Amino acid sequence: MAVASILKSRVEVDEWRNLVKARPRTLERRRRLANAAWLTAITGGFFLAVAPLVSVLWTVVSAGLNRMDAEFFTSSMRGVIGAGGGALHAIMGTVQITLASAAISVPVGILAAVYLVEYGRGAFARTLTLLVDVMTGIPSIVAGLFAFALFSLVFGPGMRAGIAGAIALSLLMTPVVIRSTEEMLRLVPVELREAAQALGAPKYRTITQVVLPTAASGISAGVMLGISRIVGETAPLLLVAGFTDSMNYNMFSGRMASLPVFIYSQWQNKGIDAAAYDDRAWSAALTLIGFVFVLNLASRMTSHLLTRKSR
Amino acid sequence: MTTATAVIAASQVDIANFSASYGSTTAIDDVSLTIPASSVTAFIGPSGCGKSTLLRSINRLHETLPDTSSTGSIRLGGTDVYGTGIDPVVVRQRIGMVFQRPNPFPAMSIQENVLSGVRLRHHRLSKATAEMLAEWALRSADLWGEVKDRLGKPGGGLSGGQQQRLCIARAIAVQPDVLLMDEPCSALDPVSTVAIEDLIAQLRREYTVVIVTHNMQQAQRVSDQAAFFNTAGAGLPGRLVEYAPTERLFSEPAEQATADYVAGRFG
Repeated sequence: MAVASILKSRVEVDEWRNLVKARPRTLERRRRLANAAWLTAITGGFFLAVAPLVSVLWTVVSAGLNRMDAEFFTSSMRGVIGAGGGALHAIMGTVQITLASAAISVPVGILAAVYLVEYGRGAFARTLTLLVDVMTGIPSIVAGLFAFALFSLVFGPGMRAGIAGAIALSLLMTPVVIRSTEEMLRLVPVELREAAQALGAPKYRTITQVVLPTAASGISAGVMLGISRIVGETAPLLLVAGFTDSMNYNMFSGRMASLPVFIYSQWQNKGIDAAAYDDRAWSAALTLIGFVFVLNLASRMTSHLLTRKSR
Repeated sequence: MTTATAVIAASQVDIANFSASYGSTTAIDDVSLTIPASSVTAFIGPSGCGKSTLLRSINRLHETLPDTSSTGSIRLGGTDVYGTGIDPVVVRQRIGMVFQRPNPFPAMSIQENVLSGVRLRHHRLSKATAEMLAEWALRSADLWGEVKDRLGKPGGGLSGGQQQRLCIARAIAVQPDVLLMDEPCSALDPVSTVAIEDLIAQLRREYTVVIVTHNMQQAQRVSDQAAFFNTAGAGLPGRLVEYAPTERLFSEPAEQATADYVAGRFG
């Protein structure tokens, strides 16, 4: 017996056996009960969290499939009363507004994060970090009001344009990009920066050639996260981009539709054939979820590809 | 040599009355020593004696950490690297460094790693020059045979010892005068350590090598002269105790502390 070889004498072996046997049955039962109770609580919590998600997904998919047809993706709502029509104008609007906000937020966010991690020191940098944290929690309607006020001041009251929506959304996206990029840059080992500096590289070259490429996969994941954050925003767009039934490819003039606002208005302003409006709203919701899903998939794939390259 | 003036070799390092500190803690106090060109000099001593700080001061890497300071002078080929108007970036271009843990750039291939020093300095290389330079540096680091078929693969896929030789290749690809090595073998297995030591023996012909090591056998094997540093206790400044040809420092040390340390009685 293995135990006998570890324990020195016959007496010690006996003592050890007694110790094991002496463990009371009641104690054993209490341990099992506690284990079962916690397991139940943990599993229950999981299902409690997942149930609403599954329910929402199921409802959106089953109701949204009704209008997942070619017409929905190829036509706008111009002149449509009742059944038919589509959300192309809203899809194009969402794509344009999202891309424009990303075009503003990504460079600003990455540069700000580089400043905070590589250059910022002392009270100023700490204040900046605090402000970024505060901005992460800014209510989206406030961002919308900011853009509304800005454009009213510059272009006169009541100005509506896609670009105003993009600016409102970039206000929400920038802090997300700053925070995630900051985390990723801090993960780059100091040794790599020192190695580059010891090779005689100026600091900005160290950052652009070594630090940023090393953090690239994480940064791209953060950008995707930021886009997912804004793609479903409704309130700011309702305020500053407005709504229209027609196509509008011009970001700088006129109202521009977007998927979240399209859903809201289909739901809110139903015509005689209410079911047709409901169907369009559900299909638009499904399209939006599909958007976020594809973005998440893309973010996983890019970070996977970028990490594989570095191994 | 036409006059009596001593000619200072371009890669000789003269350290004079040099002290360096972190905040209010002095890590190394009032060190003066001359590191001759084209030889291997070992810095030995117990942990916390300031030998790594002194090494990092030679290429002005010490000052990149927040809240650090230094006084005194370090001359490379007669020019004070801490002189006014001297750009630390230029200093580091002449003094290469190899770190304790191999640190190839993860986002770059083996060849890109070797050429990174040149590219980081904004120099453009033609494809032919790049390939020649990479081969030369990898051959000098005794790594060419092992990686010549996988130059496009990431450097992180190599073994620890190979990665360290890749870092040496990267450091010598920019053709520095001096090569600093901060415990280059402490993260490696014995076989890789032998490979690096053999490499150091070759490198000393062309470079001034300064190596920090905790391994006294290694110091005896690779160095021509050795400097022993010691500190009176944790947090107290490190001082240069003895500097002599390696053989003499180990066989007949002049100071009792040196004798105790090389005999393994402390540290």
